[in-house]
Amino acid sequence: MTNESDITEALERALPDDPDQLRRLHDRLAVAAQTDGVLDVAYRTVDTPVGALLLAATEIGLVRVAYASEDHEAVIQTLADRISPRVLLAPPRLDGAARELDEYFAGRRQAFDVPLDWRLSAGFRSTVLHHLPEIAYGRTASYAAVAQLTGSPRAVRAVGTACATNPLPVVIPCHRVVRSDGRMGRYLGGAAAKAALLALESAA
Amino acid sequence: MTGKVSFEAIVARHGPAVLRVCRAVVGAADADDAWSETFLAAMRAYPDLPADANIEAWLVTIAHRKAIDLIRATGRRAMPVGHVPDKAASSHVDVDPDLAAMLAELPPKQKQAVAYHYLAGLPYAEVAAVVGGTPDAARRAAADGMATLRRTYPGRRPTKGAAQ
Repeated sequence: MTNESDITEALERALPDDPDQLRRLHDRLAVAAQTDGVLDVAYRTVDTPVGALLLAATEIGLVRVAYASEDHEAVIQTLADRISPRVLLAPPRLDGAARELDEYFAGRRQAFDVPLDWRLSAGFRSTVLHHLPEIAYGRTASYAAVAQLTGSPRAVRAVGTACATNPLPVVIPCHRVVRSDGRMGRYLGGAAAKAALLALESAA
Repeated sequence: MTGKVSFEAIVARHGPAVLRVCRAVVGAADADDAWSETFLAAMRAYPDLPADANIEAWLVTIAHRKAIDLIRATGRRAMPVGHVPDKAASSHVDVDPDLAAMLAELPPKQKQAVAYHYLAGLPYAEVAAVVGGTPDAARRAAADGMATLRRTYPGRRPTKGAAQ
């Protein structure tokens, strides 16, 4: 008598997983979800000189850029928790952001034009981040100088916190904020990444 | 905070089993459509799903409804080859086309019970909730389906009197 697990295994063999088919179906789902208006968060990764960056966008715009050191899986789960669980790997929505990052890392772009969704930053941190693009490409500003820009000159520490929790690093240039003594200071993507970005911008 | 895993993780975790179920229940030719409609409907409804819901049972429930819709639609189009999956769609080297074809030939209730219990791993209470009827009826339908497969599965058929 054939036992049940033999038949079950044979059934699974008769209907084998086909990774290509599953990938195709996944992509078809991403397109259908976008058309249907239920793709609340789309993401992809891009390879850059500062490592793999996760890019995520809502229907409004780019909402998150994350370094590998931030743990991309954890970032995706945080997006599901804070924005919507309807999150899919869906590169097309990030095509524009990926192209602008390519141009930036090639030294051919100094400012980003893609629409941004600011919903992951609020309050004073958001105010600080909105001022950072005023620091010109290739230049730096001290935490104290940024505090001046925001109109709260004593909020130097809060500027540091805003930079450390920037949901859109590289695109919103918190890497251009340095210490008053001229030293580079900390960076959410690591000191090496900050040095690489500043070197890239000063070379161009 | 939604407290839910990303839908990407749902697709990665449950996509393969749901595809097996779709292929078993609607056949290889319509499985892509059944899977796609299932996951799109699931994604639409996902934010409202209770956090403690059994995801696999929920997906199989949706797949079951989509399969019925598809089979009705296909029936209206006068399906040319019955329920037998066409060769091109099952050309994978490891495919056991005989068993897939035999599964396709089972009566719908048996086929569904076998797919949902043995391929998706749902307990009979969940299978019954999906197909209707009692857990006992679901168990009997699956047992009858498995008995047919076992009786006719080539190469595995016990020689009369050889097995005790």
